[in-house]
Amino acid sequence: MEGKKPQKPDIDALMEKYPRHPQHLISLLQDVQAAFSYISPENLNLVCDYLGVPITQAWSVVTFYKSFSLEPKGEHEIKVCLGTTCHLKGGENLASACERVLQVERGQTTEDLRFTLDTVKCVGACSEAPVVMVDKEYLGQASLLSLKQHLKKL
Amino acid sequence: MKKIMSAAELQDLSQTLLAASDPDQPVARVCLGPGCLALGAEKVSQAFRSALKKSNANFKVQPLIKTTGCHGLCSQGTLVNLSPGNFMYVRVKPEDVPEIVETTLVGGKVVERLLYSENGTRYRTAADIPFYRAQQKVILKNVGTIDPLDIKDAIMAGAYQSMAKALLEMSPDEVIHTVEVSGLRGRGGGGFPTAYKWRRAAENAQEKPGPVFLIANGEEGDPGAFMDRAIMEGDPHAVIEGMIIGGYAMGAHQGFLYVRHEYPIAIQHLSVAVQQAYALGLLGKNILGSGFDFDIQLNRGAGAYVCGEETAIIASLEGRVGEPVVRPPYPVELGLWGRPTVINNVETWANVPHIIRLGAESYAKLGVPHSTGTKIFSLVGKVRNSGLVEVPMGISLGALVEEIGGGVPGQAHFKAVQTGGPSGGIVPYELKDVTAEAAEKKTLSVDFDSMARTGSIMGGGGMIVMDNHDCVVDLARYFLRFLEEESCGKCLPCRLGLKGMLGFLDHFAKGEGTPEDIDALESLGQALVDGSLCGLGKSAPNAVLTSIRYFRDEYLAHIVDHKCPAGVCKDLISFSIDPETCDGCGLCAENCPEECITGKKKKLFTINPAACIRCGVCRDVCPVNAVHVA
Repeated sequence: MEGKKPQKPDIDALMEKYPRHPQHLISLLQDVQAAFSYISPENLNLVCDYLGVPITQAWSVVTFYKSFSLEPKGEHEIKVCLGTTCHLKGGENLASACERVLQVERGQTTEDLRFTLDTVKCVGACSEAPVVMVDKEYLGQASLLSLKQHLKKL
Repeated sequence: MKKIMSAAELQDLSQTLLAASDPDQPVARVCLGPGCLALGAEKVSQAFRSALKKSNANFKVQPLIKTTGCHGLCSQGTLVNLSPGNFMYVRVKPEDVPEIVETTLVGGKVVERLLYSENGTRYRTAADIPFYRAQQKVILKNVGTIDPLDIKDAIMAGAYQSMAKALLEMSPDEVIHTVEVSGLRGRGGGGFPTAYKWRRAAENAQEKPGPVFLIANGEEGDPGAFMDRAIMEGDPHAVIEGMIIGGYAMGAHQGFLYVRHEYPIAIQHLSVAVQQAYALGLLGKNILGSGFDFDIQLNRGAGAYVCGEETAIIASLEGRVGEPVVRPPYPVELGLWGRPTVINNVETWANVPHIIRLGAESYAKLGVPHSTGTKIFSLVGKVRNSGLVEVPMGISLGALVEEIGGGVPGQAHFKAVQTGGPSGGIVPYELKDVTAEAAEKKTLSVDFDSMARTGSIMGGGGMIVMDNHDCVVDLARYFLRFLEEESCGKCLPCRLGLKGMLGFLDHFAKGEGTPEDIDALESLGQALVDGSLCGLGKSAPNAVLTSIRYFRDEYLAHIVDHKCPAGVCKDLISFSIDPETCDGCGLCAENCPEECITGKKKKLFTINPAACIRCGVCRDVCPVNAVHVA
């Protein structure tokens, strides 16, 4: 991992990309989520002030949509797909196996902040079910074994 | 690049590009569709590039390595199509690539072992393979052949020609009329006539002057469906072109692409396509010198199934929580920021350029009356050839699953098909009691109206094939759990009704309950149908209601006999190892997560039923099928 210095994301720069209008609330929060891996109360306040959105509305938005997290996520996100085909082909067993191996429940992050385990409702790669998404990579016909091997390489 | 200012310039560009491309140039089209990507297709395309760099071959024309959208036959990925020869290679791994380069790209010969084979026959080209033979690719024509990240490639394939025709040769009303005559119905699931929405929006805007908005619904939330993903990733320009044509017809100047956040590649491809279209002047001010302006903004969904509902999308675009509101007023009257708004599914928009290109009458000849055109399905589940298929409407369910899909693999038999996602139902293979027509043909016609008569819906196009190892009670329960989590909670019937229904199913899966409970469940389901606020709530009980309608016996087996005939519901099954078949390899014991399988290598292994969590890992790993479920 040489040459990759952790850089603190700049909230002001993220906000200035958008005009000050409430319609940009979700898009802006998505950028904040991507940059910080979660939405902190401070950042939520800053975004509300910037766009002129009441804090209650922003709060309802971040708790309603699943792509927002109010807690920091791990370095890598593991999303076990539980779409219909994955369900029929053992996705649920795979998700439970991940819980046992990582010793977290779905939605939680490992203590060392390396992995966040989540389930997702279909990533649209149904032909290769069961599927696991690790960060932006799709693993098809996944098994606990193949997933473990992939995680080792990270 | 220079902006294109007229239809003639668009034509010129297309001709120049075509003239510059060498017909003798060897091309390898590597599929980077959803399925292949999950099988490591990216490594295959990299292998091609590095193999070419290393190759000493003396090419007359340097081969072109193109990465494209979905080729369709996902279960055989990674797929690579090669010309000359139009060979189709399946299950290509990076290590196969040097041989492909030497033999096919250099030598022009086929690599036999990489061809698709079925029942002992090898097929050289895609067109020969049974999976493709019964298909008719209209909307997917360019998906899998063009490079979606290069607008020039799309223009060579004819992109934006329909737009030029509509903007410069047709009046807005003629465009709407054409769509009307074509019979196009919404591909998102409801099957509402598209032209009707368009006309109402245009009329409403005339009564109350001001902007009209267009939205492309790419929140493909149905599990088991990836049609829209394939279009957005494989031919993003078709969606953009469709929206511009629609904008012209309705006098709208602003469109929104609303794409599900679980589809990062679709978002990337659309955003590149939009940028490239702006750069060429195909979006923005005075498109092709027609005087018509159109802008498109890309919005990412934020993870909410309910945002596939049109009023919820509007709320989300306005920066609010995606809760539906009561209709009427419909969005064509009172939509985004109180203005007339037309929301069409991604696939519907992608149909529009083809309607203009083919002409309304020719388009209407595709499919069956009342359900015209073709429909894209994702055919997945327990079927030999799974993938993305496009067929004329009205094809029989049997043809779809048996001919195109190649039937159910192994010893199992075809039990049912789940269509339409959580809003759809579970339709049995034998549909004797549905329509006289279906009874005669012993199978169902796949079109909007026939599907609705079964109690299911055609839906977005997810088709999940189930075999006799899949339990309908379990699947109905799966959908209820899905919907209960995804219910936005605004109206009571949906919020509490789904909880109540799930309670019944949880009992049934444990073998508890009484036969009367099935009736109570049905009546509760009906209450949701009647009382819910939005379409999602109204259709939420479909999976349960259809599964009771067609598979009541299976419910009774759970409740009365305390058995799960398919061997799925964990509380009703037990695993054991057949001493006759077990060869003592020990794989089951190695893989058992609870370490409850004991035995010595080369001798019989046994499962401790008290510690067994019935995860089924042992059954999956057993090489001799010695693990039995009872």
